[in-house]
Amino acid sequence: MERKVVSDVERRYLRITKKFPSVWCAGCGLGIVMGGIIRAVDSLHLELDEVALISGIGCTGRMPVYLDFNTLHTTHGRALAFATGLKIARPDLHVITVMGDGDSLAIGGNHFIHACRRNINITAIIVNNSIYGMTGGQYSPTTPQWDLATTAPYGNIEQPFNVADLATSAGASFVARTAAYHTNELPKLLAKGISKVGFSVIEVISHCHTNYGKLNRRGGAVEMLRWQRDHVIPQARYQKLSAEERAGKIPRGVLFEKEAPEYVTEYLKIVERAMAEAQEEAVR
Amino acid sequence: MAKDSRVRFMMGNEACAEGALAAGCRFFAGYPITPSTEIAEILAKRLPRVGGKFVQMEDEIGSMAAIIGASIGGLKSMTATSGPGFSLMQENIGFAAMAEIPCVVVNVQRTGPSTGLPTRPSQGDVMQARWGTHGDHPIIALAPSNVRECLELTVRAFNLSERYRTPVILLMDADVGHLREKIELPAPGACEVVERLSPGIPPEWYAAYGEFEGPVPPLAPFGTGYRYHITGLFHDERGFPTSRLDEVNPAIERMFAKIDHHLPQILHWEAFALEDAEVIVIAYGSVARSALRAVKEARHKGIKAGLIKMLTLWPPPPESYMAPLFERCRLIVVPELNLGQYVREVELAVCGRAKVRPINRADGGIITPDQILAAMREE
Repeated sequence: MERKVVSDVERRYLRITKKFPSVWCAGCGLGIVMGGIIRAVDSLHLELDEVALISGIGCTGRMPVYLDFNTLHTTHGRALAFATGLKIARPDLHVITVMGDGDSLAIGGNHFIHACRRNINITAIIVNNSIYGMTGGQYSPTTPQWDLATTAPYGNIEQPFNVADLATSAGASFVARTAAYHTNELPKLLAKGISKVGFSVIEVISHCHTNYGKLNRRGGAVEMLRWQRDHVIPQARYQKLSAEERAGKIPRGVLFEKEAPEYVTEYLKIVERAMAEAQEEAVR
Repeated sequence: MAKDSRVRFMMGNEACAEGALAAGCRFFAGYPITPSTEIAEILAKRLPRVGGKFVQMEDEIGSMAAIIGASIGGLKSMTATSGPGFSLMQENIGFAAMAEIPCVVVNVQRTGPSTGLPTRPSQGDVMQARWGTHGDHPIIALAPSNVRECLELTVRAFNLSERYRTPVILLMDADVGHLREKIELPAPGACEVVERLSPGIPPEWYAAYGEFEGPVPPLAPFGTGYRYHITGLFHDERGFPTSRLDEVNPAIERMFAKIDHHLPQILHWEAFALEDAEVIVIAYGSVARSALRAVKEARHKGIKAGLIKMLTLWPPPPESYMAPLFERCRLIVVPELNLGQYVREVELAVCGRAKVRPINRADGGIITPDQILAAMREE
């Protein structure tokens, strides 16, 4: 049987005749994340026209160009702010942002917490590889303490964000995490996030073997994917571990979910009320 | 006053908000900052009454991003700010110029640099409006000098923005924004309003960044069947990133051609008593008010004085447009609430035909008619 590199499903969503090969390094997790987005959108039977994919700057920022949605590649850190404007203007669109850890949490950290707080119906995918990849390996807000980076040659003394905790406390109504290794879980979590009415955050732990892996002697893409398999474990299993056993382990799955008023829904009620008032005054 | 009278007594910021509504603005994102805040407050109340949307963002960077996002969604969009916020918006103003997304940015100027004098007027952002974002880019900036012009130029800003797919900056100042005057509001539908062209061609033919009966291609809103890519990277006709010199160069040329090929439609000034003028004052914004008074007084005193009130600041009029106005003129006075920004453009347009004398002030005070009159008489 002939094995296809790209399935028919993927072919339908990719700008395959226009934009490939991609800019990403061989073995990068971003291709897996892109495949996950395709399978999630496909499983929800969304029309290509209904989806807007928005990114910022960095390796992850390059993803939208490959996908045949309405695609917008914005400035560094601002994907969610552009997405907020688009979503309010066009509630009919499924707005998905895809950002790296530096993009979403350093330069874009303010937009991130406020998008969580507004609980606006946007799906935010954060591909977390713990490093600035495109610029060559500088430490990011998720680089673990004492790891090496080109701008932390003596070890990183800053403590990293826990993305899920940050999103939860800032007000997001759906927070999930998985890793690039867990290829089958990824589209399911993304589909749940896209379906959730409210702000959804899906953190995907990924690998930058080119920079982070090389600097920290973590091996190549295969070794780093194995690390994800062994360390990013289901939330249920993680819960059963003692505090000592939890060290070095990262829970995955749906980590938090709540029902809360969604920004655009609430705003549209205001529009309805204000329009009714205006009409009443005009009649009077 | 008749019940249906459209005569009002309002401030410049209110007139700006009225102009936005009349122009069809249906999205505003902003962040509170003196002396522009009234514009946001009014639109927060008024926009939902006409089915529009308002959002207060976390900062001016986000405000600028949000109006670009909403414009990509098909809504006419605006933000309003002052100096410090205008500085924060610059990166995304460049994005709007590069991605050719129509939007209007109001800057009610206050005295800078930095926090400066938040309640005092200034014209210190004239150069920032032109060159605030990095890289070569075209821009349009307009400057109203009274309450009526605040309304009219806001409408014009939207029209130019939609017609040429470019961000347009409305450079107000604290004195014009907070000035109260009588104004007659236009009847509903009385303003000329430019609507965005839809491509009207099958998606496979659509090139969001290609020539289309001229240098301005139509912008298809997201979610209308034209799936394409928008980026701040240099891009080809379909919006896909490119670094090929044979694609980057035409992109730059077309971006500038949008403005350069339409100068007669974009340039805008008002002339007063120029016919026999030997001394001409060139002014804009609140300073043009003092200038008009000075010119009238000069005429009483027998000085052949005239006024050119600049309403479009950027692009500036090239020499060929201005030369006929300067025929009899020996002196040109350029009063500005800054240390000499637009006077350089005037010098370029005058090209040595007459002496150019700047009057400058950047301490938050106003330039009085007497000061301008004195500069006219000084030899």
